Amino acid sequence: MANVISDETIDYVGILAKLELSGPEKEQAKKDMADMLDYIDQLGELDTSDVEPMSHIFPVHNVFREDVVTNGDDSANTIKNAPADKDGMFMVPRTF
Amino acid sequence: MDILNMTAVGLSDQIKAGRITVKEAVEAVFAQIDKTEENYHCYVTIDKENALKEAERVQAGIDDGTFTGPLAGVPVAIKDNMCTEGMLTTCSSKILENFIPTFSSEAVLNLQKAGVVILGKTNMDEFAMGSTTETSYYGVTKNPWNDAHVPGGSSGGSAAAVAAEECFFALGSDTGGSIRQPAGYCGVVGMKPTYGTVSRYGLIAYGSSLDQIGPLCKDVTDCATILETIASHDLKDSTSMERDDLDFTTALVNDVKGMKIGIPKDYFGEGLDPEVKEAVLAAAEVLKEKGAVVEEFDLDLVKYAIPTYYTIAAAEASSNLERFDGVKYGYRAKDADELHQMYKRTRSEGFGPEVKRRIMLGSFVLSSGYYDAYYLKALKVKALIKKAFDEAFAKYDVILGPVAPATAPKLGESLSDPIKMYLGDIYTISVNLAGLPGICLPCGKDKAGLPIGLQLIGDCFSEKKLIQTAYTYEQARGAFGTPFHPAE
Repeated sequence: MANVISDETIDYVGILAKLELSGPEKEQAKKDMADMLDYIDQLGELDTSDVEPMSHIFPVHNVFREDVVTNGDDSANTIKNAPADKDGMFMVPRTF
Repeated sequence: MDILNMTAVGLSDQIKAGRITVKEAVEAVFAQIDKTEENYHCYVTIDKENALKEAERVQAGIDDGTFTGPLAGVPVAIKDNMCTEGMLTTCSSKILENFIPTFSSEAVLNLQKAGVVILGKTNMDEFAMGSTTETSYYGVTKNPWNDAHVPGGSSGGSAAAVAAEECFFALGSDTGGSIRQPAGYCGVVGMKPTYGTVSRYGLIAYGSSLDQIGPLCKDVTDCATILETIASHDLKDSTSMERDDLDFTTALVNDVKGMKIGIPKDYFGEGLDPEVKEAVLAAAEVLKEKGAVVEEFDLDLVKYAIPTYYTIAAAEASSNLERFDGVKYGYRAKDADELHQMYKRTRSEGFGPEVKRRIMLGSFVLSSGYYDAYYLKALKVKALIKKAFDEAFAKYDVILGPVAPATAPKLGESLSDPIKMYLGDIYTISVNLAGLPGICLPCGKDKAGLPIGLQLIGDCFSEKKLIQTAYTYEQARGAFGTPFHPAE
């Protein structure tokens, strides 16, 4: 049952997770993930063929309200937390 | 009058009676912080100037009748994953090293409306991922009962601050035991309410379907009072519940006659420290003598709770933590020459190893081809676990057991083996999966003098039964004390 995580898989997960791992970090991540998946695989001992997946404990419904602004414009304060900004907008490195 | 020895409710009574000023209370806490904080490191941020200013404002509010409630004037600490307007909020992560929120979380606002004074923000495991507070970017917190040991986690700073008398109570958050387990390790009272009872608005999300905010404090009376103050229906949290039974202090009744208490045999099996077992069973005996009906029963799905939890929590974390990308707030990696590289470098440099581990696992279990086998499977086992608790609560009012398999481990012993660390969450984690309330209070000490935690678990919305049972036990037990004011 032992899981083996390939270089391709860990690279793919790195893309999904938007993480850039160093060589040693990648090796450690492969081992850690394989260990965790081995551990998680024990869930396979349980027969869940007739069980509905439960995402929330209580029935959750969308909570709607009228489309009215209630929180005002706090953009000047919000932008103060930005690592870089220009003319009241977030500034980022080139995108293409 | 020894201010630091008081409970939160006791202190507020003295303040409202005019025997102590808010400023005196705040200054007493800062005198203690000056003495002990350098060693214990309970806080990431301490804002003395603001606290002294707030003390004046709150005192004026008490004097003019604005603040009349049971927590008015009390100096408190907030876990560093709850947004506080104008006060640094780091989640104990490098990636939020400079984040100053423009709003406060609803639970914090509810406390402020009740007239508390916020002292600062407590240390935690990075993004609440950990069981020892050792994954914090800002250094470890030490257990005030023995500074060679961890305070538990992830709300370790909050629990240690209460035990070290560096605040009168603190807020924590609990995703898999993060309030109850550090409460147990630090000999204080901690409670995770039913999912949806306290608004999560402004709580930086880890596992949204599991996270709840709750109190860490000195006794059960404080616990009920704080929960009553922070619980509210909030339209800004779509999972917030509308409840008409938030008067938790009415359950502070010294009586458990006829209360049916179930002890899961599976909570007392292999891996449980004998001293912990003895102390917890002795607490059950106390409740039996007070008239409770105590019985053993089987809850054998418990061993599946940990893999279920780590699958679901990691999946939710991988999604929730996507927002930390170096654009809107927090840390940004330098010298990236295009956007995608900036995202990746920011996150790789900004997150610590445990956070990366969980984001990667979560990304994997949600990825195409593995979603059904891992994530969907975990959601199905969660349904089975919920059903097992439903069956238990058809027979029992309260489930009683230990909060953790052992007392606080030594510093530096836990992080090297993640799965072993995760196993320490075995008694707390299923409570979050099933959305249940749970309370932890001290029930003894081991030979090394470290506190042992008793956990009581209730059905959804049955906080009052937990509070009544815990209060009754506490009355029989007597004061537990702190390292600075040991019980007689």
